[in-house]
Amino acid sequence: MLSIAGLSAEYGSFRALFDVSLEVAAGEAVAVLGPNGAGKTTLMRVISGMLRAAAGELTFDGASLNGLKAPRIVAAGIAHVPENRRLFARLTVEENLRMGAFLPAARPHFAERLAWVFELFPRLKERRGQLAGTMSGGEQQMCAIGRALMSKPRLLLLDEPSAGLAPLVVEQVFDLVRRIRREGFTVLIVEQNVQQALELVDRAYLLEAGHITLSGAARELLQNDVVRRSYMGL
Amino acid sequence: MDMFLFEAMINGVLLGGVLALLALGLNLIFGVIDVVWICYAELVMCGMYAIYWLTAYFGWPFVLSCAVALAAVAALGVVLHLLVIQPVLRSPPINQLLATGGVLFFLQSFATLLFGTDFRNLGIRLPALELGDIFLSVSRLLAFAAAIIGALGLWLFLSRTYIGTAIRAIAQDRDIMGLMGVDERRIYLITSAIGGALAGLGSCLLVLQYDVHPFIGLTFGPILFMICVLGGLGNMLGGVLAAFVMGQIIAIGGYFYSIELADVLAFALFIGLIFLRPQGIFSR
Amino acid sequence: MTRQVALWAVLIAALCTVPFMLPSYFLHIAIQVLLWGFIFTAWSMMGRFGLVSLGHGAFMGVGAYTSALLWNLYGLTPWLGIPAGVVLTVLLALVIGYPCFHLRIVGHYFALVTLALSQVVALIVIAARDLTGGSLGMTPRAVGHSVAALQFPERVQFYFIALGLWLIVLAIRHWAGRGMRSAALTAVGEDETAAAALGIDVLREKLRVTVISAAITAVGGSVFVQYLMYVNPETVSGVGISLQIVFASIAGGMYGALGPTVGALLTLSLTEGLRIAFGTSFIGAANTIYGILLILFIVFMPRGLLGVIEDALARRRAGS
Repeated sequence: MLSIAGLSAEYGSFRALFDVSLEVAAGEAVAVLGPNGAGKTTLMRVISGMLRAAAGELTFDGASLNGLKAPRIVAAGIAHVPENRRLFARLTVEENLRMGAFLPAARPHFAERLAWVFELFPRLKERRGQLAGTMSGGEQQMCAIGRALMSKPRLLLLDEPSAGLAPLVVEQVFDLVRRIRREGFTVLIVEQNVQQALELVDRAYLLEAGHITLSGAARELLQNDVVRRSYMGL
Repeated sequence: MDMFLFEAMINGVLLGGVLALLALGLNLIFGVIDVVWICYAELVMCGMYAIYWLTAYFGWPFVLSCAVALAAVAALGVVLHLLVIQPVLRSPPINQLLATGGVLFFLQSFATLLFGTDFRNLGIRLPALELGDIFLSVSRLLAFAAAIIGALGLWLFLSRTYIGTAIRAIAQDRDIMGLMGVDERRIYLITSAIGGALAGLGSCLLVLQYDVHPFIGLTFGPILFMICVLGGLGNMLGGVLAAFVMGQIIAIGGYFYSIELADVLAFALFIGLIFLRPQGIFSR
Repeated sequence: MTRQVALWAVLIAALCTVPFMLPSYFLHIAIQVLLWGFIFTAWSMMGRFGLVSLGHGAFMGVGAYTSALLWNLYGLTPWLGIPAGVVLTVLLALVIGYPCFHLRIVGHYFALVTLALSQVVALIVIAARDLTGGSLGMTPRAVGHSVAALQFPERVQFYFIALGLWLIVLAIRHWAGRGMRSAALTAVGEDETAAAALGIDVLREKLRVTVISAAITAVGGSVFVQYLMYVNPETVSGVGISLQIVFASIAGGMYGALGPTVGALLTLSLTEGLRIAFGTSFIGAANTIYGILLILFIVFMPRGLLGVIEDALARRRAGS
């Protein structure tokens, strides 16, 4: 579904990604793991069009995404849940979800999708009229994911969904992602929380200082010495 | 209560309504695009001239002239954004202020060039309503009603439509708007058009009450700025409340002293109020 | 270091010969360039640290009208009248500046407050028309050539007064720009909270530079009245003049010492040129073009003329 080959990205003179290649097949859940500053968020931003790649190929369902701006990429079916949620704090939950359905193609289906998202996240339904900024971290994460789902994307990009959340809440969020997967969504998740991410996904890549250093099935990576020592404290 | 004072207070409310409408426009632009249109009052001046020109020169019916003027100033807002604001969007605020300052200067001078410095009056006299001992000018009442309707319309647009919600959203988080499928530039243009339209509506309301001349913007521009600072720049509700407060100050000041000194009084009180609350009286 | 001193000495000596070499009209221009350069430099002392005042017209107006009124009404010599104007202006600057800085009113807010201020001063002048002549302006009572009244019908003396003032403001700017104070203000301009955390008394520094800038501007206003023997609210207060002050300072390049003076040269040539081209026909044409140029300058040459030249020189040096 998503195919990235030889991707390079930079901020001014600072190179953040070096020759990154990865694949996500339809229906899969794939993780990109790595420490702070590895370039994970940069990768997400390039895929969703917020940042222009310096070099490399981005293909989605055979069509090239190179050089497309963010609105076009959303329209193509890729939704990005940004790092730190980035909800519109002074809009209500429902208004945030409405923004998720801004695309002309999504608007006619707003009502039904809203019902569906509320069914996935009953807590959001309770708080539909509440200002998004006043909710707890976990609820905000749910709202952010719900907002991305409103455009019925084919690929969901999740940028560090566990960031800043208590461990129990992280579990809840990851359970939600499992649920979304069962509904048939393809997920690319970027995480610092290696263990829980590996327990969630099918495959994973390890990104360190802008380079892909390891890749493989999640089960295998869980047993991998390097991974266990460096990232799981074992 | 002294009936004349009461009348002044009512006029203050009516004035506040029109000022509130203009403050909404200015705050909308600032909240979304993060630029202060220093030339906002001059846009109103342009609208007033347009109405005068169409009505007095070409003999068009007043309402038609107003409609055309409203559209024209809305278009002017878009042109302003494209030609002047967009090039300096990433520049330091002082450059943005000066750019619109240049437009202020330009519009004043251009109007002088086209129409001279004479005061022009539409010559449309609407009656005054007599309520007991008070005389209320119908044109002021109409202006107030139209301003309220305009404000309501704006509120409905911002809260009920997708574009309106996007406009409110972009003021809160610019960066991720692309992820919603929103074209930032388009939103800016639409916002500029709305800001211009509000100024255009304001000109329709003011042209009945005041003579138009190239520097009329200076009579309410600074007051508008005071209102927006008091209410908190970008705070739509705060601006509306501050507008009514200012309207009262000016009306009552004008009653006790003179209209000119009323503005000075307003400024003095403004400084005093700033002492009380730095970010504006009604800031969040 | 001595090379700079020598250059300045040569420059000053050359400038001193000017009144004896230029015809009267150009001398008139030269005096205005120096006086406006004086005022613009004062403005830039605030502007370069991010304190953008759109209300310097107010300070000019207060200074000008105070000394002129004191002369006309009480016969008080401008030698005392001008300091009186300065005192009033300083008070005004404090009254406006203190709440603004104390309460962290900066950026857009500060610009708008000062803009409103300049308009209010103009309004007061117009409202007090019995005293000030309102929009029609007023003239100081003429007594011919008099040192005590600071009136010199021939222009030479004013030239040297203007030159002296100009050199003084450059000296003040230079002196204020060295050492801890300037570094402090730059820090404040960049990040107030950080500066405050470092123990810099943000409020005091800002007030100090504002007061100095305002005082100098007031002197400029007063001297202008003495020179032109005429003042009206348009030319010394109000939005128009305030914007012109800012524009000229920026167009010349407000970060360099001579930038504002270059700005004065620029705007004056522009105004005079346009006036000559259009004369009294097409009233408003000159200012219309002025407005367009202002916009073009801001968009394409935000660092001003000096800035453009500096960049060009830097590129050439880097290239070689």
